[in-house]
Amino acid sequence: MAPSATLANALQRHQKQLLSEWVSNLQSAASDGRKVRISPQELGAQAEEFLQLLTGLLASASPEDRSSSQFKSLQGFLEDLSRTRVQQGFTSAETATFIFSFKQPLFTVLRTEAGNDANLLADEIWKATKLLDEIGLITVNTYQRAREEVINRQQQEMLELSTPVVKLWEGILALPMIGTLDSARTQIVMEALLHKIVETGSQLAIIDITGVPTVDTLVAQHLLKTVTAIRLMGADCIISGVRPQIAQTIVHLGVDLAGVTTKANLADALALALKRTGNTLSR
Amino acid sequence: MERIPILRIGDFLLATIQVDMHDQLALQLQDDLTNAIQRHGAKGVLIDISALEMVDSFIGRTISDISNMSRILDARTVLVGMQPAVAITLVELGLSLPGVATALDVDRGMAMLRATLADN
Repeated sequence: MAPSATLANALQRHQKQLLSEWVSNLQSAASDGRKVRISPQELGAQAEEFLQLLTGLLASASPEDRSSSQFKSLQGFLEDLSRTRVQQGFTSAETATFIFSFKQPLFTVLRTEAGNDANLLADEIWKATKLLDEIGLITVNTYQRAREEVINRQQQEMLELSTPVVKLWEGILALPMIGTLDSARTQIVMEALLHKIVETGSQLAIIDITGVPTVDTLVAQHLLKTVTAIRLMGADCIISGVRPQIAQTIVHLGVDLAGVTTKANLADALALALKRTGNTLSR
Repeated sequence: MERIPILRIGDFLLATIQVDMHDQLALQLQDDLTNAIQRHGAKGVLIDISALEMVDSFIGRTISDISNMSRILDARTVLVGMQPAVAITLVELGLSLPGVATALDVDRGMAMLRATLADN
């Protein structure tokens, strides 16, 4: 007799019964919140597909082989399922419960299959538990990975959101920088600013570094690069919001900011920018 | 052989680069432009690179060279319409083109040339 012949037989013969019991289990276990997220029809369809794939795996020549096509397709199905669960807002426990709640109906069926043979029953239950646990872990792993992808994407979005380029006046742009400047961020900031300059035809850009906590040689170099790129495009640049500590650091570091106009605050920078663009302010 | 057309507008010359620059073309432009400045006695040169999407270090250097050459020939050069990607590339290449005047578009470049001419 093949290793899990009884298990495979049980699955094949009692497929309908297993499915209906499992689905009713799933539905009764479902809290009110979850019912909204997924319809009973969808849940049933997912359960049926899983059952078919599992039966296919156990009926194959080598159920233990993790590189077989049957196992691959089961794995693929579980990964898709977990991903959609993440999007629907399920918790990881709820996602894993989908698989683990299959145990109860399966064990009931195995008990009838095994009859009075306690040893056989214990063996089969062990095999079934091992398999289902493994499958459950796949869903949890995928769930976690999908969540990490979401976090990464959000980080990326935050990066883009945190660098808005604002138009202060006709021909004057401002870029309030907040947070630490690293190469990747400077690149994004620089590109956003340069594109905005082309788009609006602005001749002056004010980079406000009030929200930048520290300036080191690398940050200063990034700033200089941005200033040079702006100049190459034919626009001018003013750096504002230089705090006393930052001024001290820059000088101690020996960074040459000559040729770059710097102002202590944004108001001064705007006044200068207005003057340069030929505007006059009067009270 | 393809050439970059050089147009005369009053005292100024306008060269618009609308094709991908390659080394030979850049050298040809350098040659043509210096000759044209001499011939027309131009006081200013506008090089419009708004359609240029790619540069390498050679092109960057040639542009800087052209600017220096025309200054010797008593014409000011303004580089206009550099695209963001080109500006970033030049900065990353370490070519900050010191001494080359730049403007956002041809209009502003022209105004800049007029202003400097009026100053002299």
